[in-house]
Amino acid sequence: MLRDITIGQYYSADSVLHRMDPRTKLLGTMIYLVSLFLFDSAPVYALAAVFLGVVIMLSKVPFSYMVKGLKSILFLLLFTVFMNMLFVKGEVIWSFWKLQVTREGLRKSGFMAARLILLILGSNLMTLTTTPTRLTNAMESVMKPLKLIKVPVHEIAMMMSIALRFIPILLDETDKIMKAQLARGADFESGNLIRKAKSMVPVLVPLFISAFRRANDLAMAMEARCYHGGKGRTQMKPLKYAGRDFAAYAVLLLYLAGVIVIGKFL
Amino acid sequence: MGIIHINKVKYEYIRRDEENNVEGITTAVDGVSLAVEPGEFIAILGHNGSGKSTLAKHLNAILCPSEGSVVVDGMDTQDEDHLLQIRQTAGMVFQNPDNQIIGQIVEEDVGFGPENMGVPTKEIWERVEESLKAVGMYEYRSYSPNKLSGGQKQRVSIASVIAMHPKCIILDEPTAMLDPMGRKEVIRAVRALNDVEKITMILITHYMEEVIYADRVFVMDKGKVAMSGTPKEIFSRVSELRDLRLDVPQVTELAYELKCAGLPLPDGILTREELTEALQKVRKMRDRREQE
Repeated sequence: MLRDITIGQYYSADSVLHRMDPRTKLLGTMIYLVSLFLFDSAPVYALAAVFLGVVIMLSKVPFSYMVKGLKSILFLLLFTVFMNMLFVKGEVIWSFWKLQVTREGLRKSGFMAARLILLILGSNLMTLTTTPTRLTNAMESVMKPLKLIKVPVHEIAMMMSIALRFIPILLDETDKIMKAQLARGADFESGNLIRKAKSMVPVLVPLFISAFRRANDLAMAMEARCYHGGKGRTQMKPLKYAGRDFAAYAVLLLYLAGVIVIGKFL
Repeated sequence: MGIIHINKVKYEYIRRDEENNVEGITTAVDGVSLAVEPGEFIAILGHNGSGKSTLAKHLNAILCPSEGSVVVDGMDTQDEDHLLQIRQTAGMVFQNPDNQIIGQIVEEDVGFGPENMGVPTKEIWERVEESLKAVGMYEYRSYSPNKLSGGQKQRVSIASVIAMHPKCIILDEPTAMLDPMGRKEVIRAVRALNDVEKITMILITHYMEEVIYADRVFVMDKGKVAMSGTPKEIFSRVSELRDLRLDVPQVTELAYELKCAGLPLPDGILTREELTEALQKVRKMRDRREQE
């Protein structure tokens, strides 16, 4: 059923990483992603891989679960690897017809693959260990400086969390409307892509109407409960850094220093 | 001192066409006056389009009257400065349980009101706990609202309002989308809060069974108050209620039909127990007459 889809693919477990402040994880992931682009050298990637491996072990998320996330980028991965392998010029080691594989090409495609895999695993780890609610909270808090240039940070975060709340409800509704239209003889299965897209119109129109109605109701309910934007608002679950977060930042800095040292001097 | 004063309120919905010309005016509420005392349990009845929901939205300043005035706990609802205070004093529970729950977890939703009011974090948690306990939903505090039944969702909505410590709660057809079990659950919670916490309740509904526990009942029709009185007084006027397209509770209707058929029953029987008692009296009287 549609409603069983989990959003943000959170993996429930009790680990240091799950308990960590979402801001630490958000910033940590960013630092990690940046570190992957700093240097093109094998030892740096080795360090990054080892670091990620240790963190995954700490998170108690099964490794098979992590690998599943890679499936979606398999095509992109193979495509970049082949492109790099075939079209980077340099010392030819193997050729067939007009295609040439060069030493530089092999090197480049290997780095590319490693970088992509670590990138996806790293960001997946964050969404697997953080609930969407906490992630939105973290985003609101990390983006706070943007308030100075009049970015409505609180409103954006509120919109995101309401969207998350309504996704299952709207999926359920889509299901109901589709069944209602099927009962009236609608056909969603046959025909080419354009026909299929056209056949979705009788589903989307009622869905949009009902979404607007819900939005109106919800706005009224929020107003009735004194909602008036982010001003003067307190938080029920304020984010608080604990000892483990400072430790995590220290480890991250050490890792970053390690990457720079290895990249520059090895 | 009453907590809510509604003074000759009139509200008009103005329909406009694309060029912003007035196409038509519908008067939803037409000169309604009523006063509510603290601690009372008021029920407002009416069929669809009688203006009862529009009137309800006036009570916490979601709508402002076209004419007349609404005063909540000494504050006029037209006064923008008191808007938040009015909404805090008169909380509101709506019809659709899905469209009024904002949080992704039950406890977060209950905390939403206090968060908006700027209550300190520690007190928010105390309020959340006490209001969830008051409606008997404390065990469900970490559930996703999507996993609850309709009646449970409405109880969470009531808890969310209680967490703002209102003096008065307006319930706008809270049971219209629920099954009979859910309806009972919600009404039980409402009555308990009225009895124990002495919160003034204004229940808007079209289910007759729900109003028999009210202190006073107002029946609305075409934007006006058509009848008012205690449930007993209202339900003894069965034929008038029928003219207003409202059904009386089954027991009352049975008693009414029996009375029309010639049985000497009193007016305004509301519960099964009352009817059994009255019928037993009738039987005893008959037995006695036969013996003589």
